[in-house]
Amino acid sequence: MIGLEHYLTVAATLFVIGIFGLFLNRKNVIILLMSIELMLLAVNINLVAFSSFLGDLVGQVFTLFVLTVAAAEAAIGLAILVCFFRNRGTISVEDINVMKG
Amino acid sequence: MIQADLIVILPEILLAVYAMGALLVAVYTIKDGMAPTLVWLTSAIMVFLAAVIITGGEGTNVAFNGMFVDDSFSRFAKAAVLLSGAAVLVMSQEYMSRRGLLRFEYPLLIALASVGMMMMVSAGDLMSLYMGLELQSLALYVVAALRRDSIKSTEAGLKYFVLGALSSGLLLYGASLIYGFSGTTLFSGIIQTAQHGSVSVGLLFGLVFLISGLAFKVSAVPFHMWTPDVYEGSPTPITAFFATAPKVAAMGLFARVLHDAFGAAVSDWQQVLVVLSVLSMFLGAVAAIGQRDIKRLMAFSSIAHMGYALIGLAAGTVLGVQSMLIYMAIYVTMNVGTFAFILMMERDGQPITDIDALRMYASREPAKALAVLVLMFSLAGVPPFLGFFAKFGVWQAAIDAGLMGLVVASAIASVVGAFYYLRIVFYMYFGGETDEQLDTHSSPVLWTALMGSAALMMIGVFYQFGIEGAAASAAAALVN
Repeated sequence: MIGLEHYLTVAATLFVIGIFGLFLNRKNVIILLMSIELMLLAVNINLVAFSSFLGDLVGQVFTLFVLTVAAAEAAIGLAILVCFFRNRGTISVEDINVMKG
Repeated sequence: MIQADLIVILPEILLAVYAMGALLVAVYTIKDGMAPTLVWLTSAIMVFLAAVIITGGEGTNVAFNGMFVDDSFSRFAKAAVLLSGAAVLVMSQEYMSRRGLLRFEYPLLIALASVGMMMMVSAGDLMSLYMGLELQSLALYVVAALRRDSIKSTEAGLKYFVLGALSSGLLLYGASLIYGFSGTTLFSGIIQTAQHGSVSVGLLFGLVFLISGLAFKVSAVPFHMWTPDVYEGSPTPITAFFATAPKVAAMGLFARVLHDAFGAAVSDWQQVLVVLSVLSMFLGAVAAIGQRDIKRLMAFSSIAHMGYALIGLAAGTVLGVQSMLIYMAIYVTMNVGTFAFILMMERDGQPITDIDALRMYASREPAKALAVLVLMFSLAGVPPFLGFFAKFGVWQAAIDAGLMGLVVASAIASVVGAFYYLRIVFYMYFGGETDEQLDTHSSPVLWTALMGSAALMMIGVFYQFGIEGAAASAAAALVN
């Protein structure tokens, strides 16, 4: 029997993979965008699992909002990335280093 | 029913409809030719809405079954957001148009970001919190990269986007856990769950994630890494905007979540805020010492100031929220003046951000140098000026709440931090000659903003313009 804990474990695992993807990846900014998407999807799994467990629809409504915002976020991220590529000629994470922060 | 709800959020609707309508009109007519008009129109509308919000609202109005709360707390924060946003917008016009940056999207993106911020401070539900936060963030990612042909600006936009999206992810994960363990997304429902005995582990986990997501937005250490780079890379007027309105909104949201949803569990989040606050104050004070770029310096300064504002929040009392609101209002006023000065720093029409260029500035521009001196003393928290009273307020709240250690730590941090503010003053008055002098040009708008802000730092000590009473009723509305 698959219960709430299983869903939460999967979501937590995906979320942690997403965070590690953000910090360990040294290659490509596109991978950063994928990691962000993975984190948001983990949240969606969480929300839908809770929603079904609680018998409450609010979680699924929340999921729809998150999906919409994630799409807008990806669009803006890619647009900024295209501008960056035009100036710099590369999208490697190591080359985002004009300013040292 | 729906009409009553719509009247409560009328200011937000008006601003959003204006932004979308103006976008359509500008696209189908003369595009960037409309930009100067739109800058003035947008700031006029923002000032008008702020006036309506200050004079119009009364009591606590709840709309959409508690998702949107209009009380004196949100009215205070909205007025601060709208007025500072309008001030920065007006200040930026000349700078942007001389560099060919004044596109018509700019004022409209600022307007949309302001709608997001107004939603944030009025949120009464995790969903409206998230939608407001994202509306603000998405607009700000774009304005950070507004200078499309500059490597620095696009890099700033990219860094802000990646770290901002990470913080939204953390916040959202926290929100999902809070929903799961309390069974509702409404703040009024969450606080009831938290009241029954102790807070469950799941709820606590969610709260920690939510706090770290919000700490990103207020750039508190250890979630501050984006701040210096984004401040340095963005065009200066946009840096000025980042340093003012979004900080107020994020602080307002922070206070709203902690008190509206977790007000019954103060002891659970107090320690987290104390740690965030101490780290921010010390990192802001120490790391700024090595900076030669005034925009990076202001970034570290804003990190430190967020630390001081968090002291008020960490107190977890009515007085704490009140002192935090006053702190933010004073901080925003100081920053508007300081950035008006930074916008005036140029040589041969090129913007200069190196603080070495300020050497002996006082002998050439005594009036402006004096105003900067007042602002720097105020930012450092030197007694006769208003900045000191801001710090004094949060200290008082912290002592009342029994956080003596935090007060001592922040006093030490503010002494360390005074070094780099005073160094700017030192350069201006005794810095030795430099062959690279700044232009003496100044625009009337920037001059007025600089002098007005400096004057307020002195007048404010005697007359508070009703800020204190407004902040007191705002805090009383929030904390119950």
